[in-house]
Amino acid sequence: MSLTKVNASALFKKKGALAPPRKKLKVPKLFIFLCLSPWLFGLIFFTAYPMVASFYQSFTKFNLIDSPKWIGLQNFHRMFFEDDDFWKALKNTVWISAISIPLRICFAIFAAWILTKPKRGRNIYRTIFFLPSMVPAVAGTMAFTYIFNPAYGPINKMLQAIGIKNPPFWFLDPKWSKWTLIILGLWGIGDTMIIFLAGLLDVPVSLYEAASLEGASGWQSFRYITLPLITPVIFFSGVTGVIGSFQYFTQAYVASGQVNDYSHSMYFYATHIYYSAFKAYEMGYASALAWVLLVITLLCTLVILKTQKRWVHYPNGSLFK
Amino acid sequence: MSTLTLAQMSPEKRAEIEAHSKKARRSKRWNNFLHMVGNHSLLIALSAIFILPLYLVVVISLMNKGQAQSRALWPHPFMWHNYITIFTAVPFLKWTLNTLFVSLLGTIGTVLSSVPPAYVLSRLHWKGRQMTFVIILSTMMLPGQVTMIPVYIIFAKLHWIPSFLPLIVPSFFSSAFSIFLLRQFFTSIPDEISDAARIDGCSELKLMLKIIVPLAKPAISAIALFAFLGSWNDFFGPLLYIVENPNLWTLGIGLNAFQGLHHVDTNMMMTASALFMAPVIVIFFFSQKVFIEGITLTGVKG
Repeated sequence: MSLTKVNASALFKKKGALAPPRKKLKVPKLFIFLCLSPWLFGLIFFTAYPMVASFYQSFTKFNLIDSPKWIGLQNFHRMFFEDDDFWKALKNTVWISAISIPLRICFAIFAAWILTKPKRGRNIYRTIFFLPSMVPAVAGTMAFTYIFNPAYGPINKMLQAIGIKNPPFWFLDPKWSKWTLIILGLWGIGDTMIIFLAGLLDVPVSLYEAASLEGASGWQSFRYITLPLITPVIFFSGVTGVIGSFQYFTQAYVASGQVNDYSHSMYFYATHIYYSAFKAYEMGYASALAWVLLVITLLCTLVILKTQKRWVHYPNGSLFK
Repeated sequence: MSTLTLAQMSPEKRAEIEAHSKKARRSKRWNNFLHMVGNHSLLIALSAIFILPLYLVVVISLMNKGQAQSRALWPHPFMWHNYITIFTAVPFLKWTLNTLFVSLLGTIGTVLSSVPPAYVLSRLHWKGRQMTFVIILSTMMLPGQVTMIPVYIIFAKLHWIPSFLPLIVPSFFSSAFSIFLLRQFFTSIPDEISDAARIDGCSELKLMLKIIVPLAKPAISAIALFAFLGSWNDFFGPLLYIVENPNLWTLGIGLNAFQGLHHVDTNMMMTASALFMAPVIVIFFFSQKVFIEGITLTGVKG
């Protein structure tokens, strides 16, 4: 060790370099610990302990007042075999995820792609496309329940004006309510779109030039150049989409509160957890629901992770390799 | 295989070719023009769709009840008074101040508690760093529902429900997302800067606060903005922790309860929504760049 040190400094002197030999940096352990301590505290009290506690509670009957009573697997049995609301919520959630995640990704790619086209005015369009994603979820949902209201909202009047005789009843029709929520989600596509836009602008122009010299059509250069190069972004939004859609709550809760959703067409998994925990005060059962949610999310993420080797294309290596 | 250059050709032939290429160039220009028109019309159409709900909210917010129900698209007369009535008919000012209070303190907490962990995760090399980073990433992915109930019970045992404390205090213990974003940015600052400072005898704390933090201003403003908007737009937290005490209501909770208030016209819901959106939109116009860079930083370079 010492020999190499001497050699190193001799080397510097010989070349007349000004840099002194580099001292091995002492790792300031106390400093590191102090810096991490707020995070560590949060991790223990707001993540680790609650996870353990809710895992335990998922095997108990617990109503906040009495202490938890161990009931084994009864919560899970009840969930799968006795609770119709659980199946309803699960079905609704799977349905909206299966439709809205791919739709959101396609729409975000389309919006970002069309934004890369103009030479002038891109920033104005980008601002407009992005703006709705800033709107608070409650305000946006209130606005949609009002303007899509078949009785006094202007949207249906506009649709009638352009020749659609019987426009849907949107939130008021159980067959359409989820579609209306999907439209609300597509309206706030901005943040996903921005990520895709950055990905699209990262694609080297030389590739498109080469393709157009070879006589590739617009669709071909999109399919064989753009699409492979943005697969990491598609992967990222797929994973975050799955995680997000199983926690989908605010819009559905506010909308169903506004329109009295008797048929429970906007009753989602997260809503079911909320009602079980904070309306029925069945904390044990709600914990069991939450753990099933975690397992489902993990499984979906794992499936996407497993398949990513086949379709995700990393030019410079990836974090998830 | 002999190809003639232009100079070797007969003048007639040359003129013909030149005319042809001129024509090609012109038709290419025409094509480009058509493309541009097509693109811009598509962009304008999409913009109109994105703007339409916001336009309708503002327009309806300025109508009287009767006109709103006639589904008109332009207020007549303009009920500017709606924007005053909203403050007297419901405790709108109180809701706004509550929301502002929670959001500002939450932002301060997030920034203060996220910079140091991000710093040691990106600028220092130590055993367990990679592991720590992986833990942070996985907590980012963890659905909040899994921890929600025990956390609620902790706050209940502390007698913090209903109060603002459960909405503010957790932000002082770091947000994984903010650490992640900052770490991505800190990593992009060249190591030589730190090395130079260390050789000059600068302590790590000073290095962090005096050199790295000023360099990372864009990233720090991004996490501050995201934290602020996160609390401003939050509905679930207030729904759990403050709904029982109307004095503590935030804008989201107040707005959601609007339908139950029978003494206000229903179209005033849009007045309230417009006021709820307005600060966010103003902030966005002033800080668009910070936003977009922040989102890009977490989304692509991950």
